[in-house]
Amino acid sequence: MAAATYAEAQPTATAYSEPARRMTLNSWAVVVVFLPPALLLFTVFVFLPIAEAGWYGFFNWNGYGRPEKFIGLKNYGYLFGNPTFTRSLINNGIIIVFSLLVQLPLALAVAVMIAGRLVGAVWFRMIFFLPYVLADVAAGLIWHFMFDGDYGLVGAVTTAFGAPPYFLLADKTWAFSAVLIVVLWKYFGFHMMLYIAGLQGIDPALLEAAEMDGASPFQRFWHITLPLLGPMIRLSVFFSVIGALQLFDIIVPLTGGGPFETTNTMVSFLYFFGLTRMRIGFSSAVGVVLFIICVTFAFGYQRIVMRDD
Amino acid sequence: MNFRQFAFAAGCLAALSAPAYAETHITVLHVSDNAAQKAIWDQIAKDYNGEHKGVTVEFKYLENEAFKAKLPTMLQADESRPDLFYSWGGGVMQAQDKAGFLKDITKDVASWESDLSPTAVDAFKVDGKVVGVPFEVGEVVFYYNKKLFEKAGVKAEDIKSWDDLLAAVKTLKAAGITPFVVGAGDKWPMHFYYSYLVMRIGGEDALADAKAGKDGGFKNATFVEAGKRLHELAALEPFQPGYLSTSHAQSAGIFGDGKAAMDLMGQWLLGMQGPNATNGKGLAPEDIGILSFPVIEGGKGKATDTLGGINGWLVSKSAPPEAVDFLKFFSQEKYAKEAAAKAAYIPVVKGSESAFTDPLFKRLADDLSKTTYHQNYFDQDLGPSVGRVINDVSVAVAAGQTTPEAAAAAIQEAADQQ
Repeated sequence: MAAATYAEAQPTATAYSEPARRMTLNSWAVVVVFLPPALLLFTVFVFLPIAEAGWYGFFNWNGYGRPEKFIGLKNYGYLFGNPTFTRSLINNGIIIVFSLLVQLPLALAVAVMIAGRLVGAVWFRMIFFLPYVLADVAAGLIWHFMFDGDYGLVGAVTTAFGAPPYFLLADKTWAFSAVLIVVLWKYFGFHMMLYIAGLQGIDPALLEAAEMDGASPFQRFWHITLPLLGPMIRLSVFFSVIGALQLFDIIVPLTGGGPFETTNTMVSFLYFFGLTRMRIGFSSAVGVVLFIICVTFAFGYQRIVMRDD
Repeated sequence: MNFRQFAFAAGCLAALSAPAYAETHITVLHVSDNAAQKAIWDQIAKDYNGEHKGVTVEFKYLENEAFKAKLPTMLQADESRPDLFYSWGGGVMQAQDKAGFLKDITKDVASWESDLSPTAVDAFKVDGKVVGVPFEVGEVVFYYNKKLFEKAGVKAEDIKSWDDLLAAVKTLKAAGITPFVVGAGDKWPMHFYYSYLVMRIGGEDALADAKAGKDGGFKNATFVEAGKRLHELAALEPFQPGYLSTSHAQSAGIFGDGKAAMDLMGQWLLGMQGPNATNGKGLAPEDIGILSFPVIEGGKGKATDTLGGINGWLVSKSAPPEAVDFLKFFSQEKYAKEAAAKAAYIPVVKGSESAFTDPLFKRLADDLSKTTYHQNYFDQDLGPSVGRVINDVSVAVAAGQTTPEAAAAAIQEAADQQ
């Protein structure tokens, strides 16, 4: 502040400092004219709802009338003592690990295979990308039928082998693997597309040069393709983690969180144990926890991992 | 005068003249996707609008889950608040009343409420004041497949007690028939078993006492005993394979396909079992029988105590007087009889049961008119927070995932957190 006052107090002796000053005035004008609408929209639609959720989190409120029963941090207490919520957190963790260790490498492998001018590559891309275009709810419903032990694909397979019908979605130990299968099937095409875009941006001359120098296909991939694909991989990891944390639409029609609440994610927990039970205060508390986790990850990741991208 | 000026002038004129044609508009928000039901309602609205100049009644539909999610917000503002809206009674209605969104219509309905079933009228009272008008009741019973019973040699008339039911389950299993189909993936279908057990063991006062916190509230002996009986039944493995992931719609289809002998369900199963069956037709009505939930030896409940939904219209606080007048019009015997004759629903208007021609609906209507105690669904009565816990624990107890004692304690815990 003091520095600014000092600067303004200086006589503008030199002619060439004049345009610089005018620029500052202009950019102030831009700020004054363009900032309020954006700030208003951001406040009304982003900041206020978040702040409101934070506020409701301190109340025992069913959504009717005004929140009146202030209960302090009790909602958070219920949350952390709740085995279903713990299970949901663990499930989110499993989805993240599964995405990073299985889904992304698979997407990369397929992308490398079909990025080139292979015959029918375009068709493969389309087929692998198609599930991503499908609505999540529709995907969940379709797979609910596929996993059915009587009428579904699983049922047809067990019948073909003469085995007794198997109901994956009713098996509390393995039902969550059904969620993982659908997540893999649904989102792997999206990451594959990201990688294909990244691969097409790599100068073929680099790979040709390496080939002439006698680098093996693996060396070319490891030392050239992979590092150059870095920004894209970091981006897809980001999408993958945030997507895993917010997974919801597939869960509801596929498992409904069951059997015995073994397949909930944080958001489906929020929905089934908060909103549908009209515990708006409690769901707000869940929302706050989810928000903190997502924001911490998003900012931390962008600061540390995506710093140079 | 250019176009803008003209439009402005026209707008002003319209705004000025609007009050002269003031119309009372009554919005009725509902969740029914039953075509027969909607057809009758639209007819009633049309008749009413025809007879009352200056009043327009309009039925508006919102999907069930969307309705439940949007209603709290819609009730907040005068512009969005429906005048009349669908209700299941119970805990949600009480919350709406407590927040001051409902109108006290006790005086308005005093002259004609005696035309309706008293149990149903009581379901729409909060602290003794009337806030809504019921239009339909339902009953949860065992629907059974007559052909499968015949095949296994089970006689429905002989199933009077809980032990008879357990014996029938064993006979059906021995004949290679799945005794029950239940959509436990949606949870609430299983809570019908638990609810009926509580009613048969503890009788009329069981739920009210638990709510009032007597003898440990939901942890009392009745609820624990009900859990034990449910587990006893489930231990015979009477449900279809994979029942934990079966949705309600799927379960109706399995019953329609003749793959299970019984389904403990509300009257809508009759309309659902056909369309959800593999062949799209399901069982012929004459192949379906009705069996009341059996009594329990030593229990306080009677075989004639019934469990089932009671649905009605709540009147919101800003509704014009015409809204209540419309409800009176709506509750006429002629419309109730039409609903009965078309088996669209079971109306609460006294004397309408004579209009049923469908034998299954007739049986339900008879049961309901002779009921010794009618209980609203537990999950509606208790409100969504405690109600959904009852649904959760019903499934968990049946599957042996939770003990009856822990289940009862979980319900009480949810009640304490309210």
